Amino acid sequence: MLFSTLAMQEVDGVVKALAGAVQQSGGAAPLILLLTVFALAVFLGVEIITKIPPTLHTPLMSGSNAISGITLVGAVLATGADNGTWAGILGFSAVVFATMNVVGGFVVTNRMLAMFKTKK
Amino acid sequence: MSPDLIDLSYLLAASLFIIGLKGLTKPRTAVRGNLLGALAMLIAVVATMLDQNIVSVTGLLIAIGIGSIAGTILALKIEMTAMPQLVALFNGLGGGASVLVAGAFLAGREFSERVTSGAGFADVLTATAASGLIGAVTLSGSLVAFAKLQELKFVKDVSFPGQKLVNLLLTVGAIGLGWMLVTQPEHAQLWYWVMAGVALGLGVLLVISIGGADMPVVIALLNSYSGLAASATGFVLNNNLLIIAGALVGASGLVLTRIMCNAMNRSLGAVLFGTMKSGGSSLSDDEVYTSVKSTSADEVAMMLEVSQTVLIVPGYGMAVAQAQHAVRDLTNLLLNRDVDVQFGIHPVAGRMPGHMNVLLAEADIDYDRLKEMDEVNSMMDQVDVAIVLGANDVVNPLARTDPDSPIAGMPIIDVDKARTVIVVKRSLSPGFAGIANPLFAADNALMLFGDGKQAISEITKAFDDA
Repeated sequence: MLFSTLAMQEVDGVVKALAGAVQQSGGAAPLILLLTVFALAVFLGVEIITKIPPTLHTPLMSGSNAISGITLVGAVLATGADNGTWAGILGFSAVVFATMNVVGGFVVTNRMLAMFKTKK
Repeated sequence: MSPDLIDLSYLLAASLFIIGLKGLTKPRTAVRGNLLGALAMLIAVVATMLDQNIVSVTGLLIAIGIGSIAGTILALKIEMTAMPQLVALFNGLGGGASVLVAGAFLAGREFSERVTSGAGFADVLTATAASGLIGAVTLSGSLVAFAKLQELKFVKDVSFPGQKLVNLLLTVGAIGLGWMLVTQPEHAQLWYWVMAGVALGLGVLLVISIGGADMPVVIALLNSYSGLAASATGFVLNNNLLIIAGALVGASGLVLTRIMCNAMNRSLGAVLFGTMKSGGSSLSDDEVYTSVKSTSADEVAMMLEVSQTVLIVPGYGMAVAQAQHAVRDLTNLLLNRDVDVQFGIHPVAGRMPGHMNVLLAEADIDYDRLKEMDEVNSMMDQVDVAIVLGANDVVNPLARTDPDSPIAGMPIIDVDKARTVIVVKRSLSPGFAGIANPLFAADNALMLFGDGKQAISEITKAFDDA
Protein backbone atom coordinates (compact mmCIF):
# COMPACT_ATOMS: atom_id res chain seq x y z
CA MET A 1 0.00 0.00 0.00
CA LEU A 2 2.78 2.37 0.94
CA PHE A 3 4.45 1.64 -2.39
CA SER A 4 1.35 2.39 -4.38
CA THR A 5 0.86 5.68 -2.51
CA LEU A 6 4.41 6.63 -3.37
CA ALA A 7 3.86 5.69 -7.01
CA MET A 8 0.72 7.84 -7.06
CA GLN A 9 2.71 10.78 -5.74
CA GLU A 10 5.25 10.26 -8.49
CA VAL A 11 2.55 10.21 -11.16
CA ASP A 12 1.17 13.35 -9.59
CA GLY A 13 4.60 14.95 -9.82
CA VAL A 14 4.96 14.05 -13.47
CA VAL A 15 1.56 15.50 -14.28
CA LYS A 16 2.45 18.76 -12.49
CA ALA A 17 5.74 18.92 -14.39
CA LEU A 18 3.85 18.40 -17.66
CA ALA A 19 1.51 21.25 -16.81
CA GLY A 20 4.51 23.43 -15.91
CA ALA A 21 6.19 22.69 -19.22
CA VAL A 22 3.07 23.71 -21.11
CA GLN A 23 2.83 26.99 -19.16
CA GLN A 24 6.44 27.95 -19.77
CA SER A 25 6.31 27.05 -23.43
CA GLY A 26 6.21 30.68 -24.55
CA GLY A 27 9.87 31.19 -25.33
CA ALA A 28 11.06 27.65 -25.98
CA ALA A 29 12.01 26.45 -29.45
CA PRO A 30 9.45 24.02 -30.91
CA LEU A 31 11.89 21.10 -30.98
CA ILE A 32 12.78 21.50 -27.31
CA LEU A 33 9.11 21.75 -26.46
CA LEU A 34 8.30 18.58 -28.37
CA LEU A 35 11.22 16.77 -26.74
CA THR A 36 9.98 17.90 -23.32
CA VAL A 37 6.53 16.51 -23.98
CA PHE A 38 8.07 13.26 -25.25
CA ALA A 39 10.35 12.75 -22.25
CA LEU A 40 7.62 13.47 -19.69
CA ALA A 41 5.17 11.19 -21.47
CA VAL A 42 7.74 8.37 -21.34
CA PHE A 43 8.10 8.81 -17.57
CA LEU A 44 4.34 8.88 -17.12
CA GLY A 45 4.01 5.75 -19.27
CA VAL A 46 6.59 3.85 -17.21
CA GLU A 47 4.80 4.82 -13.96
CA ILE A 48 1.42 3.60 -15.20
CA ILE A 49 2.56 0.45 -17.00
CA THR A 50 4.62 -0.77 -14.03
CA LYS A 51 1.38 -1.05 -12.05
CA ILE A 52 -0.43 -3.25 -14.57
CA PRO A 53 -0.62 -6.85 -13.26
CA PRO A 54 0.98 -9.68 -15.31
CA THR A 55 -2.49 -11.20 -15.82
CA LEU A 56 -3.32 -8.30 -18.13
CA HIS A 57 -0.02 -8.10 -20.00
CA THR A 58 -1.38 -9.54 -23.26
CA PRO A 59 -4.38 -7.17 -23.42
CA LEU A 60 -1.95 -4.37 -22.47
CA MET A 61 0.20 -5.21 -25.48
CA SER A 62 -2.68 -5.41 -27.93
CA GLY A 63 -4.31 -2.29 -26.45
CA SER A 64 -1.13 -0.21 -26.47
CA ASN A 65 -0.54 -1.56 -29.94
CA ALA A 66 -3.84 -0.05 -31.02
CA ILE A 67 -2.79 3.26 -29.44
CA SER A 68 0.45 3.22 -31.45
CA GLY A 69 -1.83 3.27 -34.49
CA ILE A 70 -2.19 6.99 -33.65
CA THR A 71 0.00 7.38 -36.74
CA LEU A 72 -3.45 7.28 -38.37
CA VAL A 73 -3.79 10.97 -37.54
CA GLY A 74 -0.60 11.67 -39.49
CA ALA A 75 -1.78 9.43 -42.31
CA VAL A 76 -5.09 11.31 -42.53
CA LEU A 77 -3.24 14.63 -42.74
CA ALA A 78 -0.95 13.30 -45.47
CA THR A 79 -3.78 11.82 -47.52
CA GLY A 80 -6.47 14.42 -47.20
CA ALA A 81 -4.35 17.43 -48.05
CA ASP A 82 -3.85 18.25 -51.72
CA ASN A 83 -0.33 16.88 -52.12
CA GLY A 84 -0.17 15.20 -55.51
CA THR A 85 -0.63 11.59 -56.62
CA TRP A 86 2.47 9.94 -55.16
CA ALA A 87 1.96 11.40 -51.67
CA GLY A 88 -1.73 10.51 -52.00
CA ILE A 89 -0.98 6.84 -52.73
CA LEU A 90 1.49 6.62 -49.83
CA GLY A 91 -1.00 8.32 -47.53
CA PHE A 92 -3.90 6.11 -48.64
CA SER A 93 -1.90 2.94 -47.89
CA ALA A 94 -0.82 4.41 -44.57
CA VAL A 95 -4.45 5.08 -43.63
CA VAL A 96 -5.43 1.48 -44.48
CA PHE A 97 -2.53 0.02 -42.46
CA ALA A 98 -3.01 2.31 -39.48
CA THR A 99 -6.78 1.78 -39.38
CA MET A 100 -6.32 -2.00 -39.39
CA ASN A 101 -3.88 -1.57 -36.52
CA VAL A 102 -6.22 0.71 -34.56
CA VAL A 103 -9.59 -0.96 -35.12
CA GLY A 104 -8.26 -4.52 -35.01
CA GLY A 105 -6.22 -3.74 -31.90
CA PHE A 106 -9.09 -2.24 -29.91
CA VAL A 107 -11.56 -4.95 -30.98
CA VAL A 108 -9.29 -7.85 -30.10
CA THR A 109 -8.37 -6.24 -26.77
CA ASN A 110 -12.04 -5.82 -25.94
CA ARG A 111 -12.66 -9.44 -26.87
CA MET A 112 -9.87 -10.60 -24.57
CA LEU A 113 -10.76 -8.38 -21.63
CA ALA A 114 -14.39 -9.50 -21.78
CA MET A 115 -13.15 -13.03 -20.98
CA PHE A 116 -11.53 -12.08 -17.69
CA LYS A 117 -14.07 -12.99 -15.04
CA THR A 118 -14.16 -13.59 -11.31
CA LYS A 119 -16.89 -15.06 -9.16
CA LYS A 120 -16.36 -12.72 -6.25
CA MET B 1 -12.73 23.64 -37.21
CA SER B 2 -10.14 26.11 -35.99
CA PRO B 3 -6.57 24.93 -35.26
CA ASP B 4 -7.03 25.74 -31.57
CA LEU B 5 -10.12 23.62 -31.35
CA ILE B 6 -8.31 20.74 -33.07
CA ASP B 7 -5.41 21.06 -30.63
CA LEU B 8 -7.87 21.01 -27.73
CA SER B 9 -9.41 17.81 -29.12
CA TYR B 10 -5.90 16.34 -29.27
CA LEU B 11 -5.32 17.27 -25.63
CA LEU B 12 -8.59 15.57 -24.71
CA ALA B 13 -7.56 12.48 -26.69
CA ALA B 14 -4.13 12.34 -25.03
CA SER B 15 -5.76 12.59 -21.57
CA LEU B 16 -8.20 9.81 -22.44
CA PHE B 17 -5.34 7.56 -23.60
CA ILE B 18 -3.66 8.06 -20.21
CA ILE B 19 -6.87 7.44 -18.23
CA GLY B 20 -7.59 4.42 -20.42
CA LEU B 21 -4.18 2.90 -19.71
CA LYS B 22 -4.72 3.50 -15.99
CA GLY B 23 -7.94 1.49 -16.33
CA LEU B 24 -5.86 -1.49 -17.43
CA THR B 25 -4.30 -1.74 -13.97
CA LYS B 26 -7.32 -3.77 -12.75
CA PRO B 27 -9.30 -6.49 -14.57
CA ARG B 28 -12.52 -4.88 -13.31
CA THR B 29 -11.86 -1.51 -14.97
CA ALA B 30 -9.88 -2.81 -17.94
CA VAL B 31 -12.76 -3.11 -20.44
CA ARG B 32 -13.75 0.50 -19.80
CA GLY B 33 -10.10 1.58 -20.07
CA ASN B 34 -9.81 0.02 -23.49
CA LEU B 35 -13.05 1.65 -24.64
CA LEU B 36 -11.76 5.04 -23.45
CA GLY B 37 -8.67 4.48 -25.60
CA ALA B 38 -10.87 3.72 -28.60
CA LEU B 39 -12.95 6.82 -27.89
CA ALA B 40 -9.77 8.92 -27.73
CA MET B 41 -8.72 7.59 -31.12
CA LEU B 42 -12.13 8.38 -32.59
CA ILE B 43 -12.00 11.96 -31.26
CA ALA B 44 -8.50 12.44 -32.67
CA VAL B 45 -9.39 11.12 -36.12
CA VAL B 46 -12.65 13.07 -36.42
CA ALA B 47 -10.93 16.31 -35.32
CA THR B 48 -8.18 15.72 -37.88
CA MET B 49 -10.70 15.16 -40.67
CA LEU B 50 -12.19 18.59 -39.86
CA ASP B 51 -8.80 20.23 -40.43
CA GLN B 52 -9.09 22.94 -43.10
CA ASN B 53 -6.24 21.42 -45.14
CA ILE B 54 -8.21 18.23 -45.67
CA VAL B 55 -9.78 18.54 -49.11
CA SER B 56 -10.56 14.98 -50.23
CA VAL B 57 -12.65 13.21 -47.63
CA THR B 58 -13.98 10.50 -49.97
CA GLY B 59 -10.63 8.78 -50.43
CA LEU B 60 -10.04 8.93 -46.71
CA LEU B 61 -13.36 7.36 -45.86
CA ILE B 62 -12.72 4.54 -48.36
CA ALA B 63 -9.29 3.84 -46.84
CA ILE B 64 -10.66 3.93 -43.29
CA GLY B 65 -13.50 1.65 -44.35
CA ILE B 66 -11.13 -0.93 -45.83
CA GLY B 67 -8.87 -0.83 -42.78
CA SER B 68 -11.75 -1.07 -40.31
CA ILE B 69 -13.34 -4.07 -42.00
CA ALA B 70 -10.05 -5.94 -42.41
CA GLY B 71 -8.99 -5.18 -38.83
CA THR B 72 -12.33 -6.21 -37.35
CA ILE B 73 -12.45 -9.48 -39.28
CA LEU B 74 -8.93 -10.38 -38.14
CA ALA B 75 -9.71 -9.45 -34.54
CA LEU B 76 -12.91 -11.47 -34.37
CA LYS B 77 -11.71 -14.57 -36.27
CA ILE B 78 -8.38 -15.09 -34.52
CA GLU B 79 -7.97 -18.03 -32.12
CA MET B 80 -6.78 -17.03 -28.66
CA THR B 81 -3.78 -19.36 -29.05
CA ALA B 82 -2.73 -17.31 -32.10
CA MET B 83 -2.79 -13.99 -30.22
CA PRO B 84 1.03 -13.52 -30.32
CA GLN B 85 0.97 -13.70 -34.13
CA LEU B 86 -1.86 -11.18 -34.36
CA VAL B 87 -0.12 -8.70 -32.07
CA ALA B 88 3.06 -9.09 -34.14
CA LEU B 89 1.10 -8.45 -37.33
CA PHE B 90 -0.63 -5.33 -35.96
CA ASN B 91 2.75 -4.07 -34.72
CA GLY B 92 4.13 -4.43 -38.22
CA LEU B 93 1.18 -2.52 -39.71
CA GLY B 94 1.76 0.35 -37.27
CA GLY B 95 5.45 0.48 -38.18
CA GLY B 96 4.62 0.33 -41.88
CA ALA B 97 2.18 3.22 -41.50
CA SER B 98 4.93 5.35 -39.93
CA VAL B 99 7.25 4.63 -42.88
CA LEU B 100 4.52 5.61 -45.35
CA VAL B 101 3.47 8.78 -43.51
CA ALA B 102 7.05 10.08 -43.35
CA GLY B 103 7.46 9.16 -47.04
CA ALA B 104 4.26 11.00 -47.93
CA PHE B 105 5.55 14.04 -46.03
CA LEU B 106 8.69 14.11 -48.20
CA ALA B 107 6.54 13.81 -51.36
CA GLY B 108 4.15 16.52 -50.23
CA ARG B 109 3.77 20.16 -51.34
CA GLU B 110 4.72 21.73 -48.00
CA PHE B 111 8.04 19.93 -48.07
CA SER B 112 8.98 20.93 -51.61
CA GLU B 113 8.09 24.56 -50.86
CA ARG B 114 10.39 24.53 -47.84
CA VAL B 115 13.23 23.02 -49.87
CA THR B 116 12.86 25.66 -52.59
CA SER B 117 12.77 28.48 -50.05
CA GLY B 118 15.99 27.14 -48.54
CA ALA B 119 14.69 27.41 -44.98
CA GLY B 120 16.66 25.31 -42.52
CA PHE B 121 14.74 22.41 -41.07
CA ALA B 122 17.28 19.79 -40.10
CA ASP B 123 15.22 18.85 -37.01
CA VAL B 124 12.19 17.85 -39.09
CA LEU B 125 14.38 15.92 -41.51
CA THR B 126 16.05 14.08 -38.64
CA ALA B 127 12.64 13.11 -37.31
CA THR B 128 11.58 11.94 -40.77
CA ALA B 129 14.66 9.74 -41.03
CA ALA B 130 14.02 8.34 -37.52
CA SER B 131 10.39 7.66 -38.33
CA GLY B 132 11.32 5.78 -41.50
CA LEU B 133 14.18 3.87 -39.89
CA ILE B 134 12.36 2.72 -36.73
CA GLY B 135 9.16 2.11 -38.67
CA ALA B 136 10.89 -0.07 -41.26
CA VAL B 137 12.73 -2.14 -38.62
CA THR B 138 9.39 -2.60 -36.82
CA LEU B 139 7.63 -3.60 -40.04
CA SER B 140 10.06 -6.27 -41.26
CA GLY B 141 10.96 -7.48 -37.75
CA SER B 142 7.29 -7.93 -36.87
CA LEU B 143 6.54 -9.77 -40.09
CA VAL B 144 9.41 -12.20 -39.43
CA ALA B 145 8.18 -12.65 -35.84
CA PHE B 146 4.68 -13.30 -37.23
CA ALA B 147 6.01 -15.90 -39.67
CA LYS B 148 7.98 -17.63 -36.91
CA LEU B 149 5.05 -17.69 -34.48
CA GLN B 150 2.78 -18.97 -37.23
CA GLU B 151 5.48 -21.61 -37.91
CA LEU B 152 5.50 -20.88 -41.62
CA LYS B 153 7.78 -23.37 -43.32
CA PHE B 154 10.01 -20.96 -45.23
CA VAL B 155 11.25 -19.15 -42.14
CA LYS B 156 13.95 -20.94 -40.22
CA ASP B 157 16.23 -19.86 -37.42
CA VAL B 158 19.05 -18.37 -39.43
CA SER B 159 22.37 -17.51 -37.92
CA PHE B 160 25.68 -17.23 -39.71
CA PRO B 161 29.20 -16.26 -38.70
CA GLY B 162 29.69 -12.50 -38.68
CA GLN B 163 25.97 -11.82 -38.25
CA LYS B 164 26.63 -9.26 -35.52
CA LEU B 165 29.04 -7.46 -37.85
CA VAL B 166 26.49 -7.45 -40.70
CA ASN B 167 23.83 -6.10 -38.32
CA LEU B 168 26.23 -3.41 -37.16
CA LEU B 169 27.09 -2.46 -40.76
CA LEU B 170 23.41 -2.26 -41.71
CA THR B 171 22.70 -0.08 -38.65
CA VAL B 172 25.57 2.27 -39.48
CA GLY B 173 24.53 2.24 -43.15
CA ALA B 174 20.91 3.13 -42.38
CA ILE B 175 21.97 5.95 -40.05
CA GLY B 176 24.44 7.18 -42.70
CA LEU B 177 21.69 7.27 -45.32
CA GLY B 178 19.49 9.14 -42.86
CA TRP B 179 22.31 11.64 -42.48
CA MET B 180 22.45 12.08 -46.28
CA LEU B 181 18.72 12.78 -46.20
CA VAL B 182 19.23 15.54 -43.65
CA THR B 183 22.15 17.14 -45.48
CA GLN B 184 20.72 16.85 -49.02
CA PRO B 185 17.03 17.61 -48.73
CA GLU B 186 16.80 18.14 -52.50
CA HIS B 187 17.33 14.36 -52.94
CA ALA B 188 15.41 13.51 -49.80
CA GLN B 189 13.07 10.97 -51.38
CA LEU B 190 15.89 8.93 -52.90
CA TRP B 191 17.88 8.75 -49.66
CA TYR B 192 14.73 8.06 -47.67
CA TRP B 193 13.62 5.00 -49.62
CA VAL B 194 17.13 3.53 -49.84
CA MET B 195 17.42 3.99 -46.08
CA ALA B 196 14.03 2.35 -45.53
CA GLY B 197 15.17 -0.61 -47.66
CA VAL B 198 18.34 -1.08 -45.60
CA ALA B 199 16.31 -0.79 -42.38
CA LEU B 200 13.90 -3.46 -43.64
CA GLY B 201 16.86 -5.79 -44.11
CA LEU B 202 18.11 -4.94 -40.63
CA GLY B 203 14.72 -5.77 -39.09
CA VAL B 204 14.71 -9.18 -40.78
CA LEU B 205 18.23 -10.05 -39.60
CA LEU B 206 17.60 -8.85 -36.04
CA VAL B 207 14.62 -11.16 -35.52
CA ILE B 208 15.40 -14.15 -37.76
CA SER B 209 17.99 -15.64 -35.41
CA ILE B 210 15.80 -15.43 -32.30
CA GLY B 211 14.30 -18.67 -31.01
CA GLY B 212 10.75 -19.41 -29.91
CA ALA B 213 11.10 -19.07 -26.15
CA ASP B 214 12.71 -15.63 -26.55
CA MET B 215 9.70 -14.40 -28.52
CA PRO B 216 8.05 -12.67 -25.52
CA VAL B 217 11.05 -10.31 -25.37
CA VAL B 218 11.02 -9.65 -29.10
CA ILE B 219 7.27 -8.98 -29.25
CA ALA B 220 7.53 -6.57 -26.32
CA LEU B 221 10.49 -4.79 -27.90
CA LEU B 222 8.79 -4.45 -31.30
CA ASN B 223 5.74 -3.09 -29.47
CA SER B 224 8.00 -0.44 -28.01
CA TYR B 225 9.49 0.37 -31.43
CA SER B 226 6.05 0.82 -32.99
CA GLY B 227 5.35 3.46 -30.32
CA LEU B 228 8.68 5.19 -30.86
CA ALA B 229 8.05 5.26 -34.63
CA ALA B 230 4.69 6.95 -34.00
CA SER B 231 6.43 9.48 -31.73
CA ALA B 232 9.03 10.21 -34.42
CA THR B 233 6.19 10.80 -36.90
CA GLY B 234 4.81 13.27 -34.35
CA PHE B 235 8.10 15.20 -34.47
CA VAL B 236 7.83 15.28 -38.29
CA LEU B 237 4.32 16.68 -38.24
CA ASN B 238 4.83 18.86 -35.16
CA ASN B 239 1.96 16.99 -33.49
CA ASN B 240 1.88 16.56 -29.70
CA LEU B 241 -0.77 13.84 -29.70
CA LEU B 242 1.36 11.49 -31.80
CA ILE B 243 4.33 12.20 -29.56
CA ILE B 244 2.46 11.53 -26.31
CA ALA B 245 0.60 8.41 -27.50
CA GLY B 246 3.76 7.04 -29.11
CA ALA B 247 5.80 7.70 -25.96
CA LEU B 248 3.24 5.88 -23.78
CA VAL B 249 3.44 2.81 -26.03
CA GLY B 250 7.21 3.05 -26.24
CA ALA B 251 7.40 3.10 -22.44
CA SER B 252 4.95 0.21 -22.17
CA GLY B 253 7.04 -1.96 -24.49
CA LEU B 254 10.22 -1.10 -22.60
CA VAL B 255 8.71 -1.99 -19.21
CA LEU B 256 7.48 -5.33 -20.55
CA THR B 257 10.83 -6.03 -22.21
CA ARG B 258 12.59 -5.45 -18.90
CA ILE B 259 10.15 -7.71 -17.02
CA MET B 260 10.64 -10.50 -19.58
CA CYS B 261 14.44 -10.23 -19.49
CA ASN B 262 14.46 -10.30 -15.69
CA ALA B 263 12.21 -13.36 -15.71
CA MET B 264 14.81 -15.18 -17.81
CA ASN B 265 17.80 -13.69 -16.02
CA ARG B 266 19.20 -12.68 -19.40
CA SER B 267 20.27 -9.28 -20.67
CA LEU B 268 18.48 -7.70 -23.59
CA GLY B 269 21.71 -7.90 -25.59
CA ALA B 270 22.00 -11.64 -24.95
CA VAL B 271 18.45 -12.18 -26.21
CA LEU B 272 18.85 -9.98 -29.29
CA PHE B 273 22.14 -11.51 -30.34
CA GLY B 274 20.94 -15.01 -29.58
CA THR B 275 23.80 -15.81 -27.28
CA MET B 276 23.02 -18.45 -24.72
CA LYS B 277 25.52 -20.20 -22.53
CA SER B 278 25.61 -23.87 -23.40
CA GLY B 279 26.92 -26.84 -21.53
CA GLY B 280 26.95 -26.44 -17.79
CA SER B 281 27.35 -29.60 -15.79
CA SER B 282 27.22 -31.46 -19.12
CA LEU B 283 25.23 -34.37 -17.75
CA SER B 284 23.78 -36.42 -20.56
CA ASP B 285 20.11 -37.37 -20.65
CA ASP B 286 20.99 -40.96 -19.69
CA GLU B 287 22.75 -39.81 -16.53
CA VAL B 288 19.95 -37.47 -15.47
CA TYR B 289 17.01 -39.71 -16.36
CA THR B 290 18.06 -42.84 -14.45
CA SER B 291 14.99 -43.12 -12.28
CA VAL B 292 12.10 -41.66 -14.27
CA LYS B 293 8.75 -43.05 -13.11
CA SER B 294 5.77 -42.91 -15.39
CA THR B 295 2.18 -42.95 -14.23
CA SER B 296 -1.35 -43.32 -15.58
CA ALA B 297 -4.43 -41.10 -15.59
CA ASP B 298 -6.15 -43.45 -13.08
CA GLU B 299 -3.25 -43.18 -10.66
CA VAL B 300 -3.21 -39.38 -10.94
CA ALA B 301 -6.98 -39.31 -10.31
CA MET B 302 -6.50 -41.33 -7.12
CA MET B 303 -3.86 -38.90 -5.90
CA LEU B 304 -6.11 -35.94 -6.65
CA GLU B 305 -8.90 -37.52 -4.60
CA VAL B 306 -6.83 -37.35 -1.44
CA SER B 307 -5.45 -33.86 -2.17
CA GLN B 308 -6.46 -30.56 -0.63
CA THR B 309 -4.46 -28.19 -2.78
CA VAL B 310 -3.59 -28.68 -6.44
CA LEU B 311 -1.32 -26.35 -8.40
CA ILE B 312 -1.37 -26.31 -12.20
CA VAL B 313 1.67 -24.85 -13.98
CA PRO B 314 0.96 -24.28 -17.68
CA GLY B 315 3.52 -23.61 -20.42
CA TYR B 316 3.58 -23.14 -24.16
CA GLY B 317 2.72 -26.85 -24.54
CA MET B 318 -0.76 -26.12 -23.18
CA ALA B 319 -1.32 -23.63 -26.00
CA VAL B 320 0.00 -26.06 -28.62
CA ALA B 321 -2.26 -28.86 -27.36
CA GLN B 322 -5.22 -26.42 -27.04
CA ALA B 323 -5.69 -27.98 -23.60
CA GLN B 324 -7.12 -24.95 -21.78
CA HIS B 325 -10.75 -26.12 -21.98
CA ALA B 326 -9.82 -29.61 -20.73
CA VAL B 327 -8.00 -27.90 -17.85
CA ARG B 328 -11.15 -25.90 -17.06
CA ASP B 329 -13.24 -29.10 -16.86
CA LEU B 330 -10.77 -30.71 -14.48
CA THR B 331 -10.59 -27.52 -12.39
CA ASN B 332 -14.36 -27.28 -12.02
CA LEU B 333 -14.63 -30.94 -11.06
CA LEU B 334 -11.91 -30.59 -8.42
CA LEU B 335 -13.50 -27.43 -7.02
CA ASN B 336 -16.85 -29.24 -6.76
CA ARG B 337 -15.15 -31.89 -4.64
CA ASP B 338 -13.65 -29.20 -2.37
CA VAL B 339 -10.15 -29.52 -3.74
CA ASP B 340 -8.51 -26.09 -4.02
CA VAL B 341 -7.00 -25.38 -7.44
CA GLN B 342 -4.48 -22.62 -8.16
CA PHE B 343 -2.50 -21.74 -11.27
CA GLY B 344 1.18 -20.80 -11.15
CA ILE B 345 2.13 -18.66 -14.10
CA HIS B 346 5.72 -17.90 -14.99
CA PRO B 347 6.20 -14.48 -16.63
CA VAL B 348 7.75 -15.97 -19.78
CA ALA B 349 5.44 -19.00 -20.11
CA GLY B 350 4.12 -18.98 -23.67
CA ARG B 351 5.09 -16.82 -26.59
CA MET B 352 4.15 -13.36 -25.31
CA PRO B 353 3.70 -11.61 -21.95
CA GLY B 354 0.47 -12.80 -20.29
CA HIS B 355 -0.18 -15.49 -22.94
CA MET B 356 -1.24 -18.20 -20.43
CA ASN B 357 -3.57 -15.85 -18.56
CA VAL B 358 -5.51 -15.07 -21.72
CA LEU B 359 -5.90 -18.75 -22.64
CA LEU B 360 -7.14 -19.66 -19.16
CA ALA B 361 -9.47 -16.66 -19.09
CA GLU B 362 -10.82 -17.80 -22.45
CA ALA B 363 -11.68 -21.13 -20.81
CA ASP B 364 -13.64 -19.25 -18.11
CA ILE B 365 -11.19 -19.83 -15.30
CA ASP B 366 -11.57 -17.24 -12.53
CA TYR B 367 -8.64 -14.78 -12.83
CA ASP B 368 -8.29 -14.76 -9.04
CA ARG B 369 -6.89 -18.29 -9.36
CA LEU B 370 -4.10 -17.18 -11.71
CA LYS B 371 -1.16 -16.53 -9.42
CA GLU B 372 2.23 -14.99 -10.04
CA MET B 373 5.43 -16.97 -9.59
CA ASP B 374 6.43 -15.44 -6.24
CA GLU B 375 3.01 -16.03 -4.77
CA VAL B 376 2.86 -19.74 -5.64
CA ASN B 377 6.45 -20.31 -4.57
CA SER B 378 5.66 -19.06 -1.08
CA MET B 379 2.74 -21.52 -0.78
CA MET B 380 4.52 -24.47 -2.42
CA ASP B 381 4.93 -26.49 0.82
CA GLN B 382 1.13 -26.71 1.10
CA VAL B 383 0.68 -28.03 -2.44
CA ASP B 384 -0.26 -31.73 -2.49
CA VAL B 385 -0.11 -32.21 -6.24
CA ALA B 386 1.54 -29.91 -8.76
CA ILE B 387 0.61 -30.59 -12.38
CA VAL B 388 3.13 -29.27 -14.90
CA LEU B 389 1.40 -28.98 -18.27
CA GLY B 390 3.64 -28.31 -21.27
CA ALA B 391 6.25 -26.34 -19.33
CA ASN B 392 9.90 -27.33 -18.98
CA ASP B 393 12.69 -24.77 -18.49
CA VAL B 394 10.58 -22.59 -16.17
CA VAL B 395 10.36 -25.47 -13.65
CA ASN B 396 13.92 -26.76 -14.04
CA PRO B 397 15.63 -26.84 -10.60
CA LEU B 398 19.05 -26.59 -12.28
CA ALA B 399 18.39 -22.85 -12.43
CA ARG B 400 18.85 -22.85 -8.64
CA THR B 401 21.46 -25.57 -8.22
CA ASP B 402 23.86 -25.44 -11.17
CA PRO B 403 25.68 -22.10 -11.52
CA ASP B 404 27.14 -23.18 -14.89
CA SER B 405 23.82 -24.06 -16.47
CA PRO B 406 22.50 -21.90 -19.34
CA ILE B 407 19.51 -21.02 -17.19
CA ALA B 408 21.48 -20.42 -13.97
CA GLY B 409 19.85 -17.76 -11.82
CA MET B 410 16.62 -17.70 -13.80
CA PRO B 411 13.69 -17.48 -11.39
CA ILE B 412 11.61 -20.66 -11.64
CA ILE B 413 8.40 -22.06 -10.18
CA ASP B 414 9.62 -24.43 -7.46
CA VAL B 415 7.24 -27.32 -8.21
CA ASP B 416 9.95 -29.74 -7.04
CA LYS B 417 9.12 -28.57 -3.51
CA ALA B 418 5.49 -29.69 -3.78
CA ARG B 419 4.57 -33.05 -2.22
CA THR B 420 4.02 -34.73 -5.61
CA VAL B 421 4.69 -33.42 -9.10
CA ILE B 422 2.90 -34.75 -12.18
CA VAL B 423 4.59 -33.76 -15.43
CA VAL B 424 2.31 -34.03 -18.46
CA LYS B 425 4.58 -34.17 -21.50
CA ARG B 426 4.93 -36.06 -24.78
CA SER B 427 8.49 -37.22 -24.14
CA LEU B 428 11.61 -36.42 -22.17
CA SER B 429 12.81 -34.03 -24.90
CA PRO B 430 14.49 -30.85 -23.63
CA GLY B 431 12.93 -27.38 -23.63
CA PHE B 432 14.26 -24.27 -25.36
CA ALA B 433 17.44 -24.14 -23.26
CA GLY B 434 18.36 -27.59 -24.61
CA ILE B 435 19.23 -29.11 -21.25
CA ALA B 436 17.95 -32.11 -19.32
CA ASN B 437 15.54 -31.43 -16.47
CA PRO B 438 16.35 -33.33 -13.23
CA LEU B 439 12.80 -32.62 -12.05
CA PHE B 440 11.55 -35.43 -14.31
CA ALA B 441 13.67 -37.95 -12.38
CA ALA B 442 13.04 -36.53 -8.91
CA ASP B 443 11.73 -38.85 -6.19
CA ASN B 444 8.46 -36.95 -5.89
CA ALA B 445 7.90 -36.62 -9.64
CA LEU B 446 5.81 -38.81 -11.95
CA MET B 447 5.66 -38.49 -15.72
CA LEU B 448 2.33 -38.75 -17.51
CA PHE B 449 3.35 -39.16 -21.16
CA GLY B 450 0.94 -38.05 -23.87
CA ASP B 451 -0.85 -35.18 -25.52
CA GLY B 452 -1.74 -32.48 -22.99
CA LYS B 453 -5.41 -32.16 -23.86
CA GLN B 454 -6.00 -35.91 -23.99
CA ALA B 455 -4.07 -36.56 -20.77
CA ILE B 456 -6.01 -33.94 -18.81
CA SER B 457 -9.34 -35.23 -20.21
CA GLU B 458 -8.41 -38.78 -19.13
CA ILE B 459 -7.58 -37.60 -15.62
CA THR B 460 -10.92 -35.78 -15.47
CA LYS B 461 -12.80 -38.86 -16.62
CA ALA B 462 -10.97 -41.16 -14.18
CA PHE B 463 -11.58 -38.71 -11.34
CA ASP B 464 -15.26 -38.39 -12.21
CA ASP B 465 -15.74 -42.18 -12.38
CA ALA B 466 -14.10 -42.77 -9.03
